[in-house]
Amino acid sequence: MAVLELPEWTALAPALILAGTALVLFLFDSINPRSTNRTLLAGTAVAGSLSSLAVAVWFTAAGVGATGIDNYGVIDIMDGQFVVDQLALYFMIIIAVVTALVTVASYDYLRDHTYQAEYYSLIILAATGMSMMAASNSLVTIFIALELTSLPSYALVAILKDNRGSIEAGLKYFLIGALSSAIFVYGVSLVYGATGSLQLEAIAANLGDAGEMGGLLGLGILMLIGGIAFKTASVPFHFWAPEAYEGAPAPISAFLSSASKAAGFVLAFRVFTTAFPLEATTAVIGVDWTWAFVILAIVTMTVGNFAAATQENVKRMLAYSSIGHAGYVLIGLAALSTGAGERVMGAAMMHLLVYGFMNTGAFLFVGLAEYWGVGRTFEDYSGLAKQAPFACAAMAVFMFSLAGIPLFGGFWSKYLLYTATIEAAADNTALLLVAAALVVNSALSLYYYSRLVKVLWIEDPIVDRDRLAQPTGLYAAIIVAAVITVLILPAFDPIADAATEAAAAVIA
Amino acid sequence: MMIETLIAVALIGALVTFVAPNRIAGKLAFAISLVPAALSLWLFAAFDGSGNALLDGELAFESQAAWLEIGGRSISWFVGVDGISMPLVVLTTILCTLAIVSSWTPIDERESQFYGLILFIEAMLLGVFTALDFFLWFVFWEAVLIPMYLLIGIWGGPRRKYAAIKFFVYTNVASLVMFGAFIALVFGLGDSVTSFALPEIATAMLEGGPEGLFGLGGTALASVVFVAMFLGFAVKVPIVPFHTWLPDAHVEAPTPASILLAGVLLKMGTYALLRFNFTMFPEQVEIYAVPIAAIAVISVIYGAMLALAQTDLKRIVAYSSVSSMGYVILGLVAYTQFGVGGATFQMVSHGLISGLMFMAVGVIYNATHTRMVTDMSGMADRMPIAVGILIAGAFGYMGLPLMSGFAAEYFIFFGSFGSELLEYSAVFTSLAMFGIVLVAGYLLFALQRTVFGPYQLETDYEVGRAPVHDVASMVVLLGLIIALGVAPDLIFDMITDAIDPIVQGGDL
Repeated sequence: MAVLELPEWTALAPALILAGTALVLFLFDSINPRSTNRTLLAGTAVAGSLSSLAVAVWFTAAGVGATGIDNYGVIDIMDGQFVVDQLALYFMIIIAVVTALVTVASYDYLRDHTYQAEYYSLIILAATGMSMMAASNSLVTIFIALELTSLPSYALVAILKDNRGSIEAGLKYFLIGALSSAIFVYGVSLVYGATGSLQLEAIAANLGDAGEMGGLLGLGILMLIGGIAFKTASVPFHFWAPEAYEGAPAPISAFLSSASKAAGFVLAFRVFTTAFPLEATTAVIGVDWTWAFVILAIVTMTVGNFAAATQENVKRMLAYSSIGHAGYVLIGLAALSTGAGERVMGAAMMHLLVYGFMNTGAFLFVGLAEYWGVGRTFEDYSGLAKQAPFACAAMAVFMFSLAGIPLFGGFWSKYLLYTATIEAAADNTALLLVAAALVVNSALSLYYYSRLVKVLWIEDPIVDRDRLAQPTGLYAAIIVAAVITVLILPAFDPIADAATEAAAAVIA
Repeated sequence: MMIETLIAVALIGALVTFVAPNRIAGKLAFAISLVPAALSLWLFAAFDGSGNALLDGELAFESQAAWLEIGGRSISWFVGVDGISMPLVVLTTILCTLAIVSSWTPIDERESQFYGLILFIEAMLLGVFTALDFFLWFVFWEAVLIPMYLLIGIWGGPRRKYAAIKFFVYTNVASLVMFGAFIALVFGLGDSVTSFALPEIATAMLEGGPEGLFGLGGTALASVVFVAMFLGFAVKVPIVPFHTWLPDAHVEAPTPASILLAGVLLKMGTYALLRFNFTMFPEQVEIYAVPIAAIAVISVIYGAMLALAQTDLKRIVAYSSVSSMGYVILGLVAYTQFGVGGATFQMVSHGLISGLMFMAVGVIYNATHTRMVTDMSGMADRMPIAVGILIAGAFGYMGLPLMSGFAAEYFIFFGSFGSELLEYSAVFTSLAMFGIVLVAGYLLFALQRTVFGPYQLETDYEVGRAPVHDVASMVVLLGLIIALGVAPDLIFDMITDAIDPIVQGGDL
């Protein structure tokens, strides 16, 4: 029914719209460099991310990237350097959603800051990089997209120029990021050396030729895992995350911990399913690489949750808890060797989507608290519910959802992940251990999440405050995120199915 | 759609009340709660179900809609009522309305949040009693915790934080044990079940039971699940020795929360025991009948003795719940029509009587600002009507004929004395009947010291007659107690219709 034949490159529209938005913002900035017209700048950024979201949803609904449909199907662009399939579109949706929420919230957060245009254009540029990452199908484009994401992120973390914490966080993030980029690109070069190609399918096809260079290839894969672990804030490359999230402006923490993490995972999902099919790779390097993820998943979720339980600073607690959630998502890769691999990966993707709402919302609440100037520790948050019941009700939703209370999306995505892992454990009993770690950590997490709810709702305020302001943008973003965290439940089935199908398409 | 309407009215009402100004919240919540109350009475009048919802027979107001599919098993929105749940639904709506009325006097801060939470809890409780899909039921079951945690934690007494957290942790851990056990059971049932619909699982259990899981045989798995679920629900009931959260929660909770806690929340535990353990596992009931009966008798005697040792009027009523719930367990384990039917009747009866008692204690506390038996004397002089109702309620508790407590206990003892399944049933019944003496003992003891004698309370407050709205709501409860005592057939017929398939199911 194609009335109008669009050129192939338009399949990248969700990313291209973001790129265009960033350019428009640059244009505004060059016309009036000192502009603090927040409505125009934030409005443009929000409009851009919402259009990107709309197009990505439209493409998904229309069947772009779906396998087995005539006229549409998976679209290769530039000789397969980019590919638009369901996996890419799914993650473009997550990224666009988070970007929209963050830009809406920034409208108030950035009230008194200069560099408004830079701020928004950097966010949109980073989002462009993440969307590109979702569609990249070659180690070169992946690396470029990765850097397009990272460079603006460094600047964004350090954008509060008068705040020592922000500068320090930006510097740390930059140094570790540069190191991990170096590791990643070195891994790329080793893989290229062993297989002679950079395009993912070509790597898979040439694996057999690697021959006695199996060790080299193995080292390369390990280095790629390192780069991905950095991007997803997984152990052992997680140290930057609490520092960067704490120092960065809260909306940026939300952006990095939700969207950037999702982008890191789509990268991992695509590289490891497409470029290194398990059997062929194992034959060459002699090791089943899913074991690396089995160990990473368990260690990451345990380290993240235990560290989160001991924090006194709310933002750091959320940062560590987001490391814990990265551990849950890593199960998606840990179970790839099994028959139920696509179900586990689909569940991990579903968790990332739900996480995109609940975690972004939680960090935006911290942004709201910073906007109010109430301080950073649990104690400072005492009794906020008296002054701001709606935002605190939303925060309670996020906390209970992150902890996995059944009324909210977080329980369902974790449960989906859990059952899929149990099913996968039929082929690899180590996954029983992973599933057990998921349950135990999830139960543990209730302790520190409910502690925040207790502080907000039950404790009495330590200082008498005037009625707290209700900034429109921040409130809107937080309430929308909370409502979707609940309302995703009726639509859970179709979305989870879409995730599983997208996962199955790349695994097959 | 009737049940959906019922839940939706309470839920939307909760949101509306939450945003309403404090000034009008109490009256608004009352007005809203009249809708579900009227609707549930209309449902009661129009009730045409027969048999048991899980085993066989017609469901009333049934509706089912597909929701999710996880691991090859579908989860659906599946609600309906039978003779067991119908009286409990009415109990919930009526007690919630009365709890709202009885909050008008004591609650004087953050009213809109308070009443919003009460309506929210009402919606969730209605869900618990009507849901017929395990997951749907579990969502409601867990969601009840959140508002109750906040009600105790925010509006409770001096040790409210401790009590709220103890309540939350205890019951949540119990729920996790139960949840894990039930999921293991469903997986253990293998391909014979394709959904989490409780009727399907109940049928599969009776027609062969689980195949086994993780090396456990079918029978062993059923036993493990039975015990784990029993423990999970025992905490909620609560049964000795899992009762320690209850007095803390009760004493610290504000009066309306106590009314709901004793009146409805404890019934969740016994209702779930009946629905799961005693409906799905007839063989295990037979195996564990003696230990369960022993626990029941210990709960009756020990709870009563603890009550005897208390000097706080509210604690006395709180511990008496442990005792009364012991009767329910005894009735269930008798596994006869009168035993199980009487247990269900006792759930409703105890809901009404304990609601009345807590209301009366609350009214006295509002007037005197003390609950200590030792401080009070001659209350009958100052608050004749409220005290009269308190005495009437106490008589109901003691099982005075023509009040619902008598009918309930008579059914239970009649049923358990002649039980074929329970060995030494005569011994257990006689021991439990001794509990009646203790109940009469502690209630008369308390009444004698608080109500009669010369008035001697030393207080700065003017202790006068109870407000009209409090008296009115107590009169409504007393009327229901007497109505059920005079004409138990009002609900006992529909209860026995639903019980018969269970007690005969054991012979399948």
